[in-house]
Amino acid sequence: MAYSEKVIDHYTNPRNVGTLDKSNHKVGTGLVGAPECGDVMRLQIQVDDNNMITDAKFKTFGCGSAIASSSLATEWLKGKSIDDAMKIDNMDIVEELALPPVKIHCSVLAEDAIKAAINDYRVKNGMAPIESEKVHH
Amino acid sequence: MNLPIYLDNNATTPMDPRVLEAMLPYFNEKFGNAASRNHPFGWVAEEGVDYAREQVAKLIGASDKEIIFTSGATESDNLAIKGVFEMYKEKGNHIITTVTEHKAVLDACKHVEKLGGKVTYLPVKEDGLLDLEELEKAMTNDTILVSVMYGNNEIGVIQPIKEISAIAHKYGALFMTDAVQAVGKIPVDVNRDGIDLLALSAHKIYGPKGVGALYVRRKGPRVKVTAQMDGGGHERGMRSGTLNVPGIVGLGKACELCGLEMESEAKRLSVMRDRLQASLTTLEESYVNGNVEHRLPHVANISFKYVEGEGLMMAMKDLAVSSGSACTSASLEPSYVLKSLGLSDDLAHSSIRFGLGRFTTDEEVDYAIEVTKKSVTHLRELSPLWEMFKEGIDLDSIEWAEH
Repeated sequence: MAYSEKVIDHYTNPRNVGTLDKSNHKVGTGLVGAPECGDVMRLQIQVDDNNMITDAKFKTFGCGSAIASSSLATEWLKGKSIDDAMKIDNMDIVEELALPPVKIHCSVLAEDAIKAAINDYRVKNGMAPIESEKVHH
Repeated sequence: MNLPIYLDNNATTPMDPRVLEAMLPYFNEKFGNAASRNHPFGWVAEEGVDYAREQVAKLIGASDKEIIFTSGATESDNLAIKGVFEMYKEKGNHIITTVTEHKAVLDACKHVEKLGGKVTYLPVKEDGLLDLEELEKAMTNDTILVSVMYGNNEIGVIQPIKEISAIAHKYGALFMTDAVQAVGKIPVDVNRDGIDLLALSAHKIYGPKGVGALYVRRKGPRVKVTAQMDGGGHERGMRSGTLNVPGIVGLGKACELCGLEMESEAKRLSVMRDRLQASLTTLEESYVNGNVEHRLPHVANISFKYVEGEGLMMAMKDLAVSSGSACTSASLEPSYVLKSLGLSDDLAHSSIRFGLGRFTTDEEVDYAIEVTKKSVTHLRELSPLWEMFKEGIDLDSIEWAEH
């Protein structure tokens, strides 16, 4: 199976690899997936006082499509409000990276990671977590 | 050195130019049907087949009359297992095999179960070897066949074939082996090893695809298998179908070359393989899968913990290797062979199989070492699991959301 150019680009030059201080109350961390399944994503956001995402970092254990999905997610997160970020849909990632059907779960995981990071931030800052209306898996 | 580099010689091998040369006349000039007994065209083709039969037999210490040509090892495995079951089911209905066999053996056994046979799938030890005591315990008076592969295709471990066949024979059962990975790589001798049926394939030994053979013992005991293909009664009635003469000639030549070069080649390959393995296991948290003493000379299966196999293969894009990662299979399950060694799923996902071959050079191995090390290091920088490991976090203590 050949990878799309965009997957190869994100995989070869992943954007925003790294770690933010998870103890900082302005940082939201989402850790999703499981080593047994061959995919673990950790996505972190740095949020300012206006609930705008100023920085995003990721680290991913997984295949090329999983790494590309999370790299793309960090690019999309930066500059968005946490409310707008919540609207990122896995199918947007599928489309942007031209993921084949067997790799759709990578995009689902990236969406889960975004939501988990935002909810971690919300809970840390006294807001209620937002339940996702979509049920995956 | 040309890129990409082929290190997947357990999947298939490039054909040796000498094999190709031997085959070419049989496509046009000597095109006859080997079963045409009444004119020279048939005789010439038959001569080619007869010579190939001797070449194949010689490599495994058999007599030429004991070689049945097939379309490949999958067919040989099917013919042996289903054919023995059908031929001997009055005598007993029990077959013993192992969980690390090739799918051709496992699925043929499942078919036998549907026909009313009983099959025991023995587990293997952590190093991939069969526990002989477990085998003996599983033997019954109804056991007609024990089928254990010679060398494993994923991890390369070599089973104690001589001991296994002795146990099978002690209980009056036949012994069959899928020897696809072993024949031509290490000395295999059907008499020394007590083998009654043996499956082999041409394309794993620098021959063409689409041709293989089944060895069926003729003396002590005389073994018979029920044909699985009805037709003209070729191959002593055990495998009908016009013989693939060019392919068979190629298989014969491939066997002859292996016989001549195997000893020196095994030494050369094991030196290169050991160098590759020694260098790659200097990487932290890297583990060799399977027994390293009883192992084919050209294989190393290594898990690089905290790195996912398919992701790693993508980084090593100029290396053609194979992984036990689920992402490389249609089933999304990691390798059943690695899992049966007791490897956790995450280690199975992290495995890479390096398969060296006749045309692998030292320069290519150097390149493979460099690229693998660089890629593992790069992906670990991207891996949250590696970061947690480095921080001393026990990954088992985390409640993972399985998806």
